[in-house]
Amino acid sequence: MEHTTLISTESAILFLIPAFPLLGMLLNGLLGKRQKEATAGILASGMMFLSFLVSVTVFFQLLGMPAGNRSLTQTLYTWMAVGDFSINVSFLIDPLSAVMILVVTGVGFLIHVYSIGYMKGDRDVVRYFTYLNLFAFFMLILVMADNYLLSFVGWEGVGLCSYLLIGFWYEDMEKAIAGKKAFVVNRIGDFGFMLAMFLMFATFGSLDFKTVFAQAAGSPVGTTAITAITLLLFLGATGKSAQLPLYVWLPDAMAGPTPVSALIHAATMVTAGVYMVARSNILYSLAPVSLGVVAGIGAATALFAATIGLAQYDIKKVLAYSTVSQLGYMFLACGVGAFGAGIFHLMTHAFFKALLFLGSGSVIHAMHHYYHQTGSHQDPQDMRNMGGLKKYLPTTYWTFAIATLAIAGIPGFSGFFSKDEILWKSFESGKLIIWAIGALAAGLTAFYMFRAVYLTFHGEFRSGNGHDHPHESPKVMTVPLIILAVLSVIGGWVGIPHVLGGGNQIEAWFEPVFAPARQLAAAAELGGEPGSGVELSVMLISIVVALTGIGIAYLFYRSKPEIPARVVAKAGALHTLVYNKYYVDEIYEAGVVSPIQKTSDFFLWRFFDVKIVDGLVNGVANWTAAIATKVRKVQTGYVSNYALIMAAGVVIIVAWLVW
Amino acid sequence: MLSWIIFIPLIGGTVILFLPKENKNLIRGVALATSLLDLALCVPLYTGFNAAQAGFQFVENRPWISALGSSYHLGIDGISFWLILLTAFLGPLCILGSWEAIQKRVKEFHFSFLFLQTGMLGVFCSLDLVLFYVFWEVMLVPMYLLIGVWGGPRRIYAAVKFFIYTMVGSMLMLVAILWLYFNTGDAGSRTFDLLQILQMGKPALQAQMWLFAAFALAFAIKVPMFPFHTWLPDAHVEAPTAGSVILAGVLLKMGTYGFLRFAMPLFPDAALKFAPLICILAIIGIIYGALVSMVQPDMKKLVAYSSVSHLGFVMLGMFALNQQGVSGSIYQMLNHGVSTGALFFLVGVVYDRRHTRMIADYGGLFRVMPKYTTVFIIIALSSIGLPGLNGFVGEFLILLGTFKSNWIYAAFAATGVIFAAVYMLWMIQRVFYGKLDKEENKTLTDLTLREKVVLYPLVVMAVVMGIFPQIFLGKMDVAVQTFLQTMVVSR
Repeated sequence: MEHTTLISTESAILFLIPAFPLLGMLLNGLLGKRQKEATAGILASGMMFLSFLVSVTVFFQLLGMPAGNRSLTQTLYTWMAVGDFSINVSFLIDPLSAVMILVVTGVGFLIHVYSIGYMKGDRDVVRYFTYLNLFAFFMLILVMADNYLLSFVGWEGVGLCSYLLIGFWYEDMEKAIAGKKAFVVNRIGDFGFMLAMFLMFATFGSLDFKTVFAQAAGSPVGTTAITAITLLLFLGATGKSAQLPLYVWLPDAMAGPTPVSALIHAATMVTAGVYMVARSNILYSLAPVSLGVVAGIGAATALFAATIGLAQYDIKKVLAYSTVSQLGYMFLACGVGAFGAGIFHLMTHAFFKALLFLGSGSVIHAMHHYYHQTGSHQDPQDMRNMGGLKKYLPTTYWTFAIATLAIAGIPGFSGFFSKDEILWKSFESGKLIIWAIGALAAGLTAFYMFRAVYLTFHGEFRSGNGHDHPHESPKVMTVPLIILAVLSVIGGWVGIPHVLGGGNQIEAWFEPVFAPARQLAAAAELGGEPGSGVELSVMLISIVVALTGIGIAYLFYRSKPEIPARVVAKAGALHTLVYNKYYVDEIYEAGVVSPIQKTSDFFLWRFFDVKIVDGLVNGVANWTAAIATKVRKVQTGYVSNYALIMAAGVVIIVAWLVW
Repeated sequence: MLSWIIFIPLIGGTVILFLPKENKNLIRGVALATSLLDLALCVPLYTGFNAAQAGFQFVENRPWISALGSSYHLGIDGISFWLILLTAFLGPLCILGSWEAIQKRVKEFHFSFLFLQTGMLGVFCSLDLVLFYVFWEVMLVPMYLLIGVWGGPRRIYAAVKFFIYTMVGSMLMLVAILWLYFNTGDAGSRTFDLLQILQMGKPALQAQMWLFAAFALAFAIKVPMFPFHTWLPDAHVEAPTAGSVILAGVLLKMGTYGFLRFAMPLFPDAALKFAPLICILAIIGIIYGALVSMVQPDMKKLVAYSSVSHLGFVMLGMFALNQQGVSGSIYQMLNHGVSTGALFFLVGVVYDRRHTRMIADYGGLFRVMPKYTTVFIIIALSSIGLPGLNGFVGEFLILLGTFKSNWIYAAFAATGVIFAAVYMLWMIQRVFYGKLDKEENKTLTDLTLREKVVLYPLVVMAVVMGIFPQIFLGKMDVAVQTFLQTMVVSR
């Protein structure tokens, strides 16, 4: 393949991007209770805004450079250098990480602002913003690192913040358990990530992106080492990005405050796996087996999670499974070699899914206050208690509806372009089964999202008492909703396909990052270029599928609301299975968690350690003691005996030596 | 210089013996001043240490028992350097940490503790086998007393168990030392001097095997390696806080240090032959320690078993026999001293208030002890190897090095990282999360100033060692290379 030398430019300001949230975290964290509630949120948000400003500056700097040389670096210091292993704390901003930092700081800033309103009155607001800033810091390290190890620092760091924020309301044991589950499941993935790094170092002698990719580019396709590295990395990704079989922590993670779900469990952290796979696109392109696995797992997760989403009543659970499903899409894209499309969807998804979560937060906030006011103890997240909220929460409704249209893939909205790009690329790659699964999941998505909208906002308010009603959230919450709604519409316009007369700027933007992978794929030759007619037909199919999903949702929940009950009755066992999320948690508990715990407790500890090893030692000791007692008959207590023996021994030995 | 560092604690301890025993604070004050003076002496040690210089520095070599060819030979390299600093660093923290917990026989306690410091520092500085052995054995007595006199209800059992285990190992090591003495060199040139013995060339393989086994057993018990670990949980549970801290923080490292300084360089061929066995035991220790730790109802026992797991990493890295593995191994010794030392202090904090270590007796402490909770979580995370904190650097380098020499070992050992998260976070969940539902816990007070002074330096160390590991790694590089050369020559 052709080799172009990339010229990197040194930048002295990159460190500021993670430094601002770190500073915010330190200030709020060290001030602690001395910090005022109001200033904590402003400080944290301000830091995010500064970070966003630097990101924008960097982005424009990049934009002004020739396409092939868009790369800014900054090295701070050598983190570790032992023998032939050396790792720097250094950052790399290229088209890929530039998009990531804009999403993280931009969406992150909006969510920080929203949180000021959402968390108002909570007694631990300062701690909340400390964690949230810390999260932003680690997330930025993750995407800005110029090597795998530093990225891994961010990778585990965001996991930590996720743990801390899921269990933020620590008095609720269920939330604490959910947080721990997230951390432990992620660690299983991280185990894979770590092994991938070891093997990478053993194979390429480095963990720096630049060196690894340059070395890999020269190796043949399908080597065992690269296949193993990419599969292990992907194991890490399935943990962090909640894919089969490690997705189980994400739905439980909804226990955290809703803005956290929006930021960490929808827009940013959970997409880290996609980022990592896309970042390693050269390695994946050299490992067709791994690509197949990524595509397969992605497609399977997209469908699997979507089916669970059909039957949930908790509004956040619907969104959680939807996130798992959408992340599946992104992996599906990477798996068919369309890394750019995957990251494009990552970006649009960050807008509309953050908006959906914040919207649901606004609903929950309103329901919570309503129940508080009326003294009711119903579940403020259960959609069966909602309905008709459209007239009480107009801004929330409209923005939520826009996000729903975006995720459903209605033409013109951001999600349409990114999702369609993925479906088209999977069709084009010739993996028709993958495409078909993706299209089916898209239909299911349209259905369950409209189901949520209808149950929440349309019809009659089901918790009404005649005189009170929920109220719209304050401006500090609705303004971020509006900004995200705008982004959910126009965010996709940077990727309007050529066949629709667009410029697909984002594809060109990513070109330098993904070109090597594309060239490799081209070299492998995947068949002829289908014409634009085919592309339009494929697009039409996805639109029809989406509309069908919406139509059925309308039929079920608006025009003939008696149907769902009949379907449930008819489907019986199947519905129970789906409603209970296929009992995956129960299976893991019975098949993995419980056996390990029981074995450790009853066999390893109480039997082996105490009875066998210790029993043996005590046996020998008792036996010795018994003999000693008989021999000496003088029992003056253990200490003096041993001391005496030791002293005597030393004397004898020394005497013998001197002699 | 080294002599001062070693013997100042003993001098201070002797002074304490002449103080009136009613004046407890005076005794504590003198002990604290002594340990601080010792720590202060480490400053010139730090500035004077030349990281680029191979061999030993600050050497003192005086005739001692000339008849035996044994000399008072002290010296440090990049390996012992840090262990001395660690010992001196933990000293004042331990004394401060026991300020209120120790009320009976205060004088004897501080004498024992300072005496113990001298023994440990001596072990890390000795370059003569007899001198080393003397310090090694001398330490046993104060440690025995610390557990047996100031310990919990089953202290006698625990102390005796500790003593028996350690004595068995020591005896065999003594025999091995003597054999080595009589079988290296001619009658005229017999010596106990480590460096001279190393120069004389190694014994035949058969002999090496026996000698290594004897040394290794002594050290493996101290580490402790699976399956010689059962004295540790008992000793820790019964020991007073300062005893546990110093036991975990420094004493265990004497085992791993013994491998690095004596057992492996003296008998390199045998070490290579034993390497697979030791690595497998180390891996079993990593996983076994973590699994057993997970199901402990007692916080201190949980931390004790986690030590078995962590020390397994240390052993594994050492026997990877490459730069990353060995450096990681030494780094992990320091990490363990900081993190596990801090964990024992932390358990001591609530034990002093509630007189129970049972996890089930707590719950929801976050509400009443937010500062304590934060410190606990940071230290727990450092212990389970969260990147950015100290534990990760050690574990990562160890696994990286191990992977290079045997990837299967590394793959198994790396699972320990998962289990570590389980046992630590599960404990945190049960102690700090949930409702504060027990009446006795509702009145618990957060960290006192004294406790902060003890704990915050440890937190700072955990962070600094995680972010700037090169400060430490850079100083051990040359020593590690020297060690590896000794080992590689025999390959």
